[in-house]
Amino acid sequence: MSGEEFVPLSLTPLLIGIFAAVACALPGNFLVLRRQALIGDAISHVVLPGIVVAFLISGVIAAWPMMLGAAGAAVVAVVLIEAIRRLGRIEPGAAMGVVFTTMFAGGVLLLEQTDTSTVHLDVEHALYGNLESLIWLDATGWASLWDAEALAGLPVELPRMFVTLIGVILFTWLLWRPLKLSTFDEGFARTVGIRTNLLGLALVIVAAIAAVAAFDAVGSIIVIAMFICPPAAARMMTNQLEGQVAWSVIFAVISAVSGYILAGYGPLWLGGADAVSAAGMIATTSGLILALAAIFGPCRTRTGAPSQA
Amino acid sequence: MLWDALFLQLGYNATLVVIGATLLGVSAGVTGTFLFLRKRALVSDAISHATLPGVCIAFMAMVALGGDGRNLVGLLAGSAVSAWVGLLCLNWLTRNTRLAEDAAIGAVLSVFFGFGVVLLTVIQTMGSGRQAGLEGFLLGSTAGMLWADALVIAIGGAGTLALILLMRRPMTLVAFDPEYAAARGLPVDRIDLAMMGLVMAVTVVGLKIVGLILIVALLIIPPVTARFWTERSDRVVLLSGIAGGLAGYLGAALSASAPNLPTGPIIVLVSFAFFALSLFLAPGRGVLAAILRHMRFQRRVHLRQGLLALAQGQPIYEKLTLRLLRRAGLVRADGVATDTGKARAAKALRDEKRWEIVRTDLAHEAAAALYDGLRDIETVLTRDQIADIDRRIGGPQGIPS
Repeated sequence: MSGEEFVPLSLTPLLIGIFAAVACALPGNFLVLRRQALIGDAISHVVLPGIVVAFLISGVIAAWPMMLGAAGAAVVAVVLIEAIRRLGRIEPGAAMGVVFTTMFAGGVLLLEQTDTSTVHLDVEHALYGNLESLIWLDATGWASLWDAEALAGLPVELPRMFVTLIGVILFTWLLWRPLKLSTFDEGFARTVGIRTNLLGLALVIVAAIAAVAAFDAVGSIIVIAMFICPPAAARMMTNQLEGQVAWSVIFAVISAVSGYILAGYGPLWLGGADAVSAAGMIATTSGLILALAAIFGPCRTRTGAPSQA
Repeated sequence: MLWDALFLQLGYNATLVVIGATLLGVSAGVTGTFLFLRKRALVSDAISHATLPGVCIAFMAMVALGGDGRNLVGLLAGSAVSAWVGLLCLNWLTRNTRLAEDAAIGAVLSVFFGFGVVLLTVIQTMGSGRQAGLEGFLLGSTAGMLWADALVIAIGGAGTLALILLMRRPMTLVAFDPEYAAARGLPVDRIDLAMMGLVMAVTVVGLKIVGLILIVALLIIPPVTARFWTERSDRVVLLSGIAGGLAGYLGAALSASAPNLPTGPIIVLVSFAFFALSLFLAPGRGVLAAILRHMRFQRRVHLRQGLLALAQGQPIYEKLTLRLLRRAGLVRADGVATDTGKARAAKALRDEKRWEIVRTDLAHEAAAALYDGLRDIETVLTRDQIADIDRRIGGPQGIPS
């Protein structure tokens, strides 16, 4: 494929997909190890009411109010889950189920009640995202990468996702030791003076930020899939946290690239006419990778578990 | 308008939806209880999302065979098959790999749902506009429900309820103590799978009304609500069924009474309203009850400490203590003890001394374990035992008799 076609049509969605996948997979590693994997699921559900409320208050479909609304909803959800869990003495899974379904239902109701037919805001969009439409119309070829005028026409999602990814990497890198300690041995982490509660909350907030930024570009399916599938697959490959994080990044990139290509060109190879949902395909490929890792991964079994359960 | 809907006077279609939603609510509430007691509430999330590819494949298969593609029975059968596959994947991942259940749930739900979305876009590109309505399975769409659809929902709901009635004892046993159930010779794995099969049945039946994203709420919220009101599992099942049915009934009626009120979300929100009420108002486990209990305890502590202070002639500065003593008529407004106050204070001090003896005497070990500084000694020891302790304390000492 030539640069004239690839750069404007595929480069930006591909990059956004990769950035989103990696930004979600990094905190996902810790969430999976801490058995909080479904926080990602809960966050991606409550993003919808957050966005709707932000739209109702600000009256415009703009990035920043929506990001704020979504992040606010994520924080409200986390606080509510914690409150219900403690006040009602309910197991965390059920508390989570109560909160995210209710907030999602509230979001759908608000959406139906208000006149949003004139703007592009609907449930399907929230679920699938619009990765394919994030094209870079000003580009004419590889040379456009050094052309300031064309660069100004980049879809805003790309720099935003890139900044989010940098933020997530910084968070993981700076807090690597405390995160690792508190994930594996919370009691010990507390005795050496790490504020484990704060750290846990910070991890959830970083995950929420990654989820919200990624959600804006690629929809909530990728967010859930990338939080869980690459880290889970990486978990089958190694017993080292460093190795696991590296593998998860590799898996995230592979699923983003292969998913995007399969969605865009797969149907053409099979004789079809139109592309299928890239977000859905990326989630599917990440699932395939997880399946392969679960069947062939060198460290797939629980250590110490009976070989024949 | 609302009254008309509540009394099923709003026309054929609305009545069908209300009846269907009520039946669905009851069976979801009852089924969800076992899931909740087994602490696997979120497995339903994976199951419900895993229905999407099945719906799409069934649609495509029916279109390929020259059918309409929107036959509800066919779509539901497809969704049941793919939900079952998802469930088996989930079980395999948790049993045969090192993944914890929550990661396996998330993996299954996102991958199956993602694949379903891919298939949805494939169907959209198949053209012919016949896919209209498939998106309805995401959030449910009750508009244009047919008599045949309602019949499917009713039969499905009733069948699920009957199965639960048959299996409730082994399922309760497994939910509370799987090891014991295994020791009794029950096939725990198969019962678990059957439990999930019932959840799957409810999910499939509910796809049309509330959609696959919100059906989870009907399975989780009513049991959690019911759990606030009772400590007995059979009553939790009963109450949860009632709460679910009521939410389904009220929600469907409400949504029929005005435009732009989607059925599924309204049912979920009504259900959540029941939950919120229970969280605050339930006796025993509710927040309000806990606050009242705490305040009552606080008063007892203050009163007791106040009496001991009076008996030892110490001044009392704590305002709450003073107010409580004054209200009980034990001290006057200036803080001086009344006659009853003096008597009660002397008794409190003597009880404290009695407890001291009890706690140093190994013979009273069991009673001493109950000491918390508040318990009346008469509720723990017999009158003879107290008399015996009083003899050991003896009379006033150091005073010439």
